[in-house]
Amino acid sequence: MWQRLLDIISSLKLTLFCLAAALILVFAGTLAQVNLGIHVVQERYFQSLFVWWPPDSTGLKFPIFPGGHLLGGILVVNLVAAHLRRFRWTWRKLGIHLIHAGLVIMLMGGLFTDLFSVESHMRLEEGDTKNYSEDGLLVELAVIGESGNGEEQVTAIPEKRLQQGGAIEVEDLPFRIVVKLFYLNSQLLMLDKAGPGAVRAAERGVGSQLAVFELPRASAVNDRDLESAVIEIVPHPVAGEVTAASLGTWLVSAGLGSPQTFSAGGKQWRLEMRQARYYKPYTLTLQKFTHERYQGTEIPKNFASRITLVDPGQKENREVLIYMNNPLRYRGDTYYQAGFDKSDKATILQVVHNPTFMAPYVACVVVGVGLLIQFAFHFAGFTRRHQEKHAS
Amino acid sequence: MKRWIPAIVVAILALWMAAGWVSAPSRADRFDLAAFGKVPILAGGRIKPFDTLARNSLVIIHGRQTVRLDDGRRLDAMQWLADVFFNAPAADTYPVFIINHPDVLGLFGWEQGGRKFFSYKELDPFLQKIDDQGKTADEVEAPRRTAYQTAILNLRNSLILYQRLKNSLQPEDATVFADEIKAYLQAMPAGLEASRKREHNEKFDKDKLDFFAQFANRYDSMASSSQFLAVPSPHEGPGQLKDWHTVGETLLASVSTGSVDPVVMAYALAGDAYRAGNIELFNRHVGDLTEWMGKHEPLAVPRVVFEYYFNHGQPFYQSMCLYVLAFLLVCAFWLGGSPVFNRTAFFVLLLALAVHTFGLGARMYLQGRPPVTNLYSSAVFIGWGTVIIGLILERYFRDGIGMACSAVIGFITLIIAHHLAESGDTLEMLQAVLDTNIWLATHVVVITLGYSAMFLAGMLAILYVVKGVCTRTLTRESAQSLARMTFGVLCFATLFSFVGTVLGGIWADQSWGRFWGWDPKENGALLIVLWCAIILHARLGGFIRQRGLMIMALFGNIITSFSWFGVNMLGVGLHSYGFMNKAFPWLMAFVASQVVLMVMASLPSEYWRSNPADSRVDG
Repeated sequence: MWQRLLDIISSLKLTLFCLAAALILVFAGTLAQVNLGIHVVQERYFQSLFVWWPPDSTGLKFPIFPGGHLLGGILVVNLVAAHLRRFRWTWRKLGIHLIHAGLVIMLMGGLFTDLFSVESHMRLEEGDTKNYSEDGLLVELAVIGESGNGEEQVTAIPEKRLQQGGAIEVEDLPFRIVVKLFYLNSQLLMLDKAGPGAVRAAERGVGSQLAVFELPRASAVNDRDLESAVIEIVPHPVAGEVTAASLGTWLVSAGLGSPQTFSAGGKQWRLEMRQARYYKPYTLTLQKFTHERYQGTEIPKNFASRITLVDPGQKENREVLIYMNNPLRYRGDTYYQAGFDKSDKATILQVVHNPTFMAPYVACVVVGVGLLIQFAFHFAGFTRRHQEKHAS
Repeated sequence: MKRWIPAIVVAILALWMAAGWVSAPSRADRFDLAAFGKVPILAGGRIKPFDTLARNSLVIIHGRQTVRLDDGRRLDAMQWLADVFFNAPAADTYPVFIINHPDVLGLFGWEQGGRKFFSYKELDPFLQKIDDQGKTADEVEAPRRTAYQTAILNLRNSLILYQRLKNSLQPEDATVFADEIKAYLQAMPAGLEASRKREHNEKFDKDKLDFFAQFANRYDSMASSSQFLAVPSPHEGPGQLKDWHTVGETLLASVSTGSVDPVVMAYALAGDAYRAGNIELFNRHVGDLTEWMGKHEPLAVPRVVFEYYFNHGQPFYQSMCLYVLAFLLVCAFWLGGSPVFNRTAFFVLLLALAVHTFGLGARMYLQGRPPVTNLYSSAVFIGWGTVIIGLILERYFRDGIGMACSAVIGFITLIIAHHLAESGDTLEMLQAVLDTNIWLATHVVVITLGYSAMFLAGMLAILYVVKGVCTRTLTRESAQSLARMTFGVLCFATLFSFVGTVLGGIWADQSWGRFWGWDPKENGALLIVLWCAIILHARLGGFIRQRGLMIMALFGNIITSFSWFGVNMLGVGLHSYGFMNKAFPWLMAFVASQVVLMVMASLPSEYWRSNPADSRVDG
């Protein structure tokens, strides 16, 4: 029984099956990008164990195809098992071994990148200083309390938690937050323009004049989801009370500009749905952004940001230049010149935190050497036989 | 005697090639448009000769590089452009605008007849309509446009291009432009004085101001509608990269200098002479321009002149002809001809490769870039790579197969390149992220060589199937040697596709911060790598033999064409810089043909005319 399982796991047939399935998956995932957009496709096809049908269903759904993580995982297991079982050291096999060792590194690196890398961005106008980057996709609900002495108490509730719904208790907050509804993508309309039957989204704040509607996830490259939630603020009962009255419901949304305020526990609080932030132990300041174009055209020639990097902990204070194909790597983060605002006064840096970014480089070298050795052997054999044939 | 036949044939062909590069000597009784065609301008971000502008514009508007007039005369691109610049009323009557779509004709109330070229004059009454319809179409994303929307938008863009060309060197309604400029200079002091007074709320001469403002408005609209920059700024010393300006801007700048730029004046005088039919005067002013540019743009001019000859020599067209000839010679050899045919084919192919290489090298020199920078150059390069691999195969097998395959692919890829050139300048400037010669030279070149090898393997498979099913020439031995070639080329394809894909990942990691992003073009490359891995493992495990290998190599053709062209048609992703709708039916036809061949290859042996006895083959 075990023997039989081991045979299957290390079989060439399984390799072929996985490769063929990967071929189909990649093809389908490429075509699907036309309608779904690259992010949704990545989630559904490549960074998943299975491709599910129907994809959006929260209830009954079926796995219709192995996803990227499953196929990659099986391939690694299959490869390692096959090599362990049939490994015999010969110089002739050196190339093959190197190729496959490199592939394992590459697949593992890919998996780790999927699991542990974080992509965010930092938008800086000339003169701006920031010590955080913002997630391009995820939002967070920031609850900011003013303590009076100029300091602020910031509580950020991640999108995942909001999505789960229910009551959220946070220490230090004199109230709990109850998530009434959460939309991954939504549309906000003024109540009087929302058509008949529309109801106000919330009781308090700007939400009392707005209606909120759920939308399907954004698919176009330049579209992004507009997350919205309706939350209720319920203060903790003070001594002597059994329950405290709810302060009412608020609409919070990535589509709302300014924060909304309320008071509880003797303090003023601000509510804001904003891009999730990642704080750094250092700051970046944009000195100057330049955008060159080819003469007489609108074709961009180069973008460059001159940045001052200040890190008190490491006693760093220096200027760096980030431009196309020349990122800044610092303390595990890499900053890339990604874009700019229309006015050419602000830069957008892509920030990538990827602990395993070296894996593909190592893998590439190992596989490359392996391929060269392997085909050198092949070619030498081929010419030798060829000459023998002609000599005879 | 027989020994010398290949050498003689190649020598004759080489002479024919060389003749294409020699342009007719300039004659005193003709407008020297060859000299005019070599004058540099700055368009699309790079300095190029008028000749290139003429050819590219005419290809965009007309779909080809020459115009046949209703009276049977044929104009080349420079003759057409000179009329557009200097003799707009005549140029307006030339049937140049290509309209293929019946609905676009219907918009004008015209029926689809034998005619597909129309003149500006005929379209003039409908300009507003075309503009409105075109604007609406422009708002639709390119991949979602209907055929009609694409057609009307193309027509609108052609008309805009044409109008811009007409107003680039002088206003299209100018009569004697040199005199007009003189009048402008004379009106300037009084006009400026009046304008100054008005600003200070003093009493001013309104007539003088209005008279002067007429000129200024005219040149201002020229400045904004010029298709190219014609005047290098004269202030910096030689050798520096100069700022270029449009004629309109330069005329407006005269306000501060009080004089007219010599280049503007030379263009004006040349244009007036052209309109007046004064050949001698035109040639003299063009000579002045040439001399001035040579003195002030000493670095750019040799390159520009070289580009002119490159345009004229058409090396890719020449090598296309040679590929056909080489293929015919191989066929003659196969049909029982003497081995001389085979040897001649080899040398003809070498000559074709030399011309092809020269063309690639010339483009690299002109652009200052590695060979592959866009879809057009990838087609040229795929052909080049295939021919080299094919010739190497031929060295080992000497049965004409390597040559036949490389000649066919060389020819087809150059045809594809020819059609890709219809969108304009093929030496366009590169977007910022592509502006890196290291990665263009490594990732792009390697991955393109991978395409070459895949197509060559596919072609070998086609030959195997066609020979096997339709003829009796596929013997056991030739089948074995074909299988060995195919396998070898596939190994090569695996190596290059894999290394190229990984290099692409590293580039992406360097510039976007992720090694792999599941972008369509990346996925396309991955598909090739996966398919190669499947073929190699299937053969290793004995799951496929000779025929299986061939069927899989044929499917490789489909995958490679999808990766090369298909993903660009999806219109999504970071690499979709080479979008084209028109090629879609061709891609589908190609895929269908490969499927048919795969079915043929799967027919039971009794339907094959040859019987290579599907025996085990070792590579």
